[in-house]
Amino acid sequence: MTDQQQEDLRRDQVEAGTTTGLAAPTLDVTKDRQNSLWSDAWGQLKRNPLFWIGAFLGLFFALMALFPSVFARGADPRKCSLANSKQLPSAAHWMGYDQQGCDYLANVVYGARTSLAIGILSVLGVLILGVLVGALAGYYGGFADSLLARITDIFFALPLILGALILLRVGPSTGLPILSDRGVGAVAIALSVFGWMTAMRLVRSQVIAVKSSDYVAAARAMGASNFRILTRHILPNAVAPVLVFATITVGVLIAAEATLTYLGVGLQRPAISWGLQISSGQSLLRTAPHLVLFPSIILSLTVMAFIMLGDALRDALDPRQRS
Amino acid sequence: MSTSSGYISSTPSLEPSGTGSPVLEVDDLHVEFRVRSGVVHAVNGISYHVDQGETLAILGESGSGKSVSAQAIMGILDSPPAVITGGGIHFQGRDILTMTEEEQRQIRGPGIAMIFQDALSALNPVYSVGFQIGEMFRAHRGTSKKEAKQKAIELMDRVRIPAAARRVNDYPHQFSGGMRQRVMIAMALALDPRILIADEPTTALDVTVQAQVMDLLKDLQRDTGMGLILITHDLGVVNEVADRVAVMYAGRIVETGTVDEVFTRPAMPYTVGLMNSIPQVEAKGGRLKPIVGQPPNLARIPSGCPFHPRCPRARTGAAAAAGRDCVTDLPLLRVVTPGREAACHYSEEVLGG
Repeated sequence: MTDQQQEDLRRDQVEAGTTTGLAAPTLDVTKDRQNSLWSDAWGQLKRNPLFWIGAFLGLFFALMALFPSVFARGADPRKCSLANSKQLPSAAHWMGYDQQGCDYLANVVYGARTSLAIGILSVLGVLILGVLVGALAGYYGGFADSLLARITDIFFALPLILGALILLRVGPSTGLPILSDRGVGAVAIALSVFGWMTAMRLVRSQVIAVKSSDYVAAARAMGASNFRILTRHILPNAVAPVLVFATITVGVLIAAEATLTYLGVGLQRPAISWGLQISSGQSLLRTAPHLVLFPSIILSLTVMAFIMLGDALRDALDPRQRS
Repeated sequence: MSTSSGYISSTPSLEPSGTGSPVLEVDDLHVEFRVRSGVVHAVNGISYHVDQGETLAILGESGSGKSVSAQAIMGILDSPPAVITGGGIHFQGRDILTMTEEEQRQIRGPGIAMIFQDALSALNPVYSVGFQIGEMFRAHRGTSKKEAKQKAIELMDRVRIPAAARRVNDYPHQFSGGMRQRVMIAMALALDPRILIADEPTTALDVTVQAQVMDLLKDLQRDTGMGLILITHDLGVVNEVADRVAVMYAGRIVETGTVDEVFTRPAMPYTVGLMNSIPQVEAKGGRLKPIVGQPPNLARIPSGCPFHPRCPRARTGAAAAAGRDCVTDLPLLRVVTPGREAACHYSEEVLGG
C-alpha cells in the first residue's frame, strides 16, 4: 500500500466516522511503492548483467556509427595505397590492411553506420507494417481478421532471405525510386516486406487480449471512437512484447543484411559494409584471414548486443519470470 | 472520421427533457447470446423508464440480465455473440437502436454515461487519472490540454478527492479503491450526462467506503438533476438511495414499484424470498432463510413462470386457476395496485400474506 493510499483510507474512515484504534498502523510492512509495469521492468533490468553487456555494446556501436572518425583513429577508409595490400595487423594499424591497401580498422568502423541504419530502418518498416495489419486484424476481427491473417500466412511461406533476394534482384529493373538503386533504402524495404509477419501476429494477439478489458468498454461507454480506442487505449497497452521483438529483430536483420550483401544482391561497392568486407575477404582466407575475421567478430557482437537487450527486456517485462 | 482526435468536434445538442416525459425509456428489450452450445436468452422483453432526477434501482441476482440490459443501452455488448433481437431504447424520445453508429457515439458521454464495478480495471493503467478525466473534454469538446487538466482537477475536487491538484498526475494503481471509484465517477460526470448508469458501483468497495460513494452519487444527482440507474444486488443500497426499484429474474422484470412499497409489501414470491433472506437484527441466532434452488439456466428457461421450480406458492394442474398454471402459463407484468406491477398469477394472495 502506498503512503497516499493509506492517507486516503484514513480520510475515508474519518469521514465515515469509523476510525478505529487499529486503523493507523505506525509501521507499514508493505511500504514499497506499487509500481507500474515500466518502472518494475526498469528495476528488473538494472539487476540483469545481460542488459548491461547488451546496453554497453549497443551504445558502443551506436557511437561508432555516429562518430566513425573518432573510432577509426584518424584513418580514412578510402585513402588506400596498394603498397600496403593485405598487411597483417600491427600496433599502428590494429586490423591491418585489405587487398586494396586501405586501413581495415577504418573500413570496419565505417561499416557500422550502414549496418545499424539498415537494422533500424528495416525494423521500423517491420513495425509499421506489423502493427498496422495486426491492430486492424485484431481489433475488427471477423472477416477482416481472416483475410489479413491469410495474407500474413502467405508471406510467412516465403523465406526472408529468399524473398528479399528476389526483390533486390528484380529491383533495378522496376525503375522504382528507392528500390532500383540498391542502397540502404532498398535493402531495408526488402527486409521489411518479408519480415513483418511475426510482428503482426504479436500485435494481433495482444490487441485481442486488451480489447476485452474493462477500460476499453469504459472508453466506448464514454463515447470514444474506434480510432481513439485503438490508438490511445489498446495499442499503448499492447506494445511491451512488440518492443522485445523489435529489439531482437534489429540484430537479426543486421545479420540478414550481411547475408544478402554477401550473396551479392545487397549493397554494392563503393558502399562500406561488413557483408561486403566478408564477401571480398573470403577468397583471401588462407593468406589474410583477418579480412574475414574482424568484420565477422564485430558483426556477431552487434547482433549479440541487440539479442541480449531484447532477452533482458523480455525477462523484465514478463512478470512470470520474476522471482 | 471528421476530426483528428477521432471524437466528435462539438457537443451534440441535447434538448432539455420536458417535464413528464422520461429521459430514458427501455421498451420490450430482448437480448440473446448466440453461442455454440445454443442460444442464451439473457434479456426477455424488459421495459422501464427513468425520469429526470430519479433513481431507478435494478435489482437481481447474478445472471438475471441486469448488466446486459445496461450494456445494451451503452452499446458495449460484445457482439457477436450478443444480439439485440427486439425492442427499443428511447433517449429523449429518439430510439438509440435505430441511430447510426456515429449518432450513438455522440450520446455516450454527454447523454448517457456509465460507471463500472471494478474501477481499477475500468481505468487505463498507462495514463494518469487527470489525463483520463481530461480526455472527455479534449475529445468531446476539443478543449486544450492545459484547460482539460484544469477541469479534471475541478472534477476531482467535486467528487471529493483530497489534494486533487497534487494527485492529478498520479496513476490509477496509486489510488485506493474508493478513490478510484471517485475518479471513475468524475470521468462519467465530466460532460454532465442526463443519465448515469452505475453498474454495481460499490460491490468492489468495503462497507464504509460504499456508503460514502453512494452519498456522493446522491449529492451529485441532486446538483445536476441527472437520472440514475443503479444496478445492484445489494438490498441495503437500494433501500437507501433508490426511488423506484425493478426486480429482475431470468431476464424479465418481475416486479416494479416504489422502494418503500416493494420492500414492505412485495407482490411476487421471488421478491418475498429476497426480503426474507435479509439478515434481521431481531432474528439473531436464528437461521437465514435463503431462496431454495439455483438460478435458472438462461439457455433453458423453465416453462411457464420461470420462478416456478423455486416458488413455494407454485400451483399447477387442478390446484391452479384456469389460465394461471404456474408450470405452463407465463405470468405477464400487470398492475396489482396503483403504481405497482408484478409478474405473478397470484400477486393478490402474496400481497394478502
